[in-house]
Amino acid sequence: MSRMPGAMPIGLENLSEVLMKRSFQCLLVVISILCMGSSWAQQVVPDIEFDAVDPLSFPDDVYLGEAVGVATNSDGHIFVYTRSRGVNASLGTNRVFLRSAAQLFEFDENGDYRREIGQGLYGFVFAHTVRVDSEDNIWVVDEGSNMVIKFNPQGQVLMTLGRKPEAIRVPTPHADYQPGSGVGVLGDNFNRPTDVAWDAEGNIFVADGYANSRVAKFDKYGKFIKSWGSRGTEAGQFNTLHSIATDVDGNVYVGDRGNRRIQVFDNEGNFKTQFTHIGAPWAICITPGPHQYLYSSNSNGTASMDNGEIYKMELDGTVLGKFGTAGKLIGEFGSVHEIDCRNENELYVGEITNWRVQKLTLRP
Amino acid sequence: MRRYTEFTLLCLGVITTGWLHAQQAVPQRAAAYADAPNIPFETVPNFLTLPEGLYLGEGIGVARNIKNHVFVYTRSGESSRLFEFNENGDFIREIGRYLYGFSQAHAVRVDSEDNIWVVDEGTDMVIKFNPEGRVVMLLGRRPEAVQGLYETPRRSDSWPPPAVPYRFGRPTDVAWDSEGNIFVADGYFNSRVVKYDKNGRFIKDIGEERGTQPDQFNTPHSIQVDAQGNVYVADRNNSRIQVYNNDLERIAIYDNIGRPWALCITGGEHPYLYTSNSNPDNNNSALTAVTGEIYKMELDGTVIGKFGEPGKQWGKFGTVHAIDCRDENELLVAEITTWRVQKLILNPEGTP
Repeated sequence: MSRMPGAMPIGLENLSEVLMKRSFQCLLVVISILCMGSSWAQQVVPDIEFDAVDPLSFPDDVYLGEAVGVATNSDGHIFVYTRSRGVNASLGTNRVFLRSAAQLFEFDENGDYRREIGQGLYGFVFAHTVRVDSEDNIWVVDEGSNMVIKFNPQGQVLMTLGRKPEAIRVPTPHADYQPGSGVGVLGDNFNRPTDVAWDAEGNIFVADGYANSRVAKFDKYGKFIKSWGSRGTEAGQFNTLHSIATDVDGNVYVGDRGNRRIQVFDNEGNFKTQFTHIGAPWAICITPGPHQYLYSSNSNGTASMDNGEIYKMELDGTVLGKFGTAGKLIGEFGSVHEIDCRNENELYVGEITNWRVQKLTLRP
Repeated sequence: MRRYTEFTLLCLGVITTGWLHAQQAVPQRAAAYADAPNIPFETVPNFLTLPEGLYLGEGIGVARNIKNHVFVYTRSGESSRLFEFNENGDFIREIGRYLYGFSQAHAVRVDSEDNIWVVDEGTDMVIKFNPEGRVVMLLGRRPEAVQGLYETPRRSDSWPPPAVPYRFGRPTDVAWDSEGNIFVADGYFNSRVVKYDKNGRFIKDIGEERGTQPDQFNTPHSIQVDAQGNVYVADRNNSRIQVYNNDLERIAIYDNIGRPWALCITGGEHPYLYTSNSNPDNNNSALTAVTGEIYKMELDGTVIGKFGEPGKQWGKFGTVHAIDCRDENELLVAEITTWRVQKLILNPEGTP
């Protein structure tokens, strides 16, 4: 499924317009397409029609911040893990100096506010994602505390992975901070983890993350099994693995954002294939059901209005369609950071820069 | 013996300090000061009333909506807070308690549809609330807080980095034209004015580098737009107002009104421009002696009059940071160093 570097023509999303306006460039585009010779090249990706609403309502004193995490449970309740409230700093040389830059909210299926879960929790520092497993347990990944926290449906903490660094005196990172090689030590703590997924046996896969560059696999009791990956561009290497999902067969799909590809591994971490034609996969989601689909968001960077489209794919990487673009209005996307795809045509997206969750109804 | 030595050192210190003072240029009054007529005014002391347990900090931003409700964006103990008062100054509610975008308040303005806009120089964000107090649009982004404490960079050739369309560097103020286009003064680290369309899409900016040339800024600190869409930028440390048309092409420079900390253009058929040559917020007594007045001007820069002087009493100004001038003769001013908002009645005996 790979394509030639640099061959992504600017006009693919509106090929006919390019054809009319710029015949010479069009020629180049056509040549590039022929050269690529992939199934991607032979199709113009159809646009998928969709409706969008902001479904959430709040009590007066409750606000979202950056809506980095969104997930739904079997009842359709919506969980939002958000970077919110003021970030308070402890002055001095404490390494972990922040609190309350993360809150977890639950809304019912109509978007009405239900409750806050984990108010003031020790592991809530800087939100990254929330996912709900098949038993309606709620999992949050916090890149500030370096923890993955499992709540039962009632909102009690059931299990923790990783450990928040102690607030002891250690040197703070400098402004020229660079991520390490990222392989981590087997089974050790996370370093800015990004996402979590499970297979049918309940094995846990953690995308870890910004500073580490690996997938860590645990059994359902949280016992470390193995990890794979390091920082780099080769197959099996990562440059900020930012999102992770599994299919019904236990294959693991990793949004390797910095390398602009989705890598697919088997359940043991053996590399199978990669999809390199869908931009930077900020957020991926695999639908349940007998015919599973893969959604991937080529989100706009938080300082840009470029890109922003979400792709609908078969699990083999075939692109079926795309929808959306960057912007601030309802129906536009402000750096989509997580997708919930409870079924093929009913999606929720959490946006960074618009501090908003949108419910999308696709009409393919 | 030791006491004698200390006395000698003290004397030397006093002499040295005096000598250093003498070497500095003596601060001067603004050029317009001498000839500008004094506008009589009265103050309404304790105009705002807060419930027990709530306090204003530095009065940084003040604005009124169509109902004359008063919005104050203040620097408070934990972060910054946005309060709403009714037309009589009675507290109604707080908006955005603990909001992620609230850190270091800089401005609040209310647009023609009563949306409330906050500019926060700590989170580098411009936040639009609807009249109900819910967030409806955001510009800029709060820096992430995951990599620990940084030493604040010093200004240098390589810092701050060049501005980019959708990020701010300590923004200061916001204004709109009648089409809804958004103009952001940006700011302390960046030195530019940015124009966005009403949906927040970048159109253009001016002011690439901090400087003293025309179209450069040295802290664009306040911004207003008139009914024709012309843009007035308070270029504070260059002691001038730079005026632009709607495409940000320069029309004029007004440089006789001192350091413009706060601008406000009145509504009504004959709009006026108010600008405050505020006394410094670092309590520099030499500068305070020659600043603190607010000027009333025609939009073409003609100075009509002036009023006010520095001081901590009611009726004097403690570093005016924002002016609301929905009514030509009834102003609200927010002050930094005196932590308050004053209501001013100009020409109380009637227009001369």
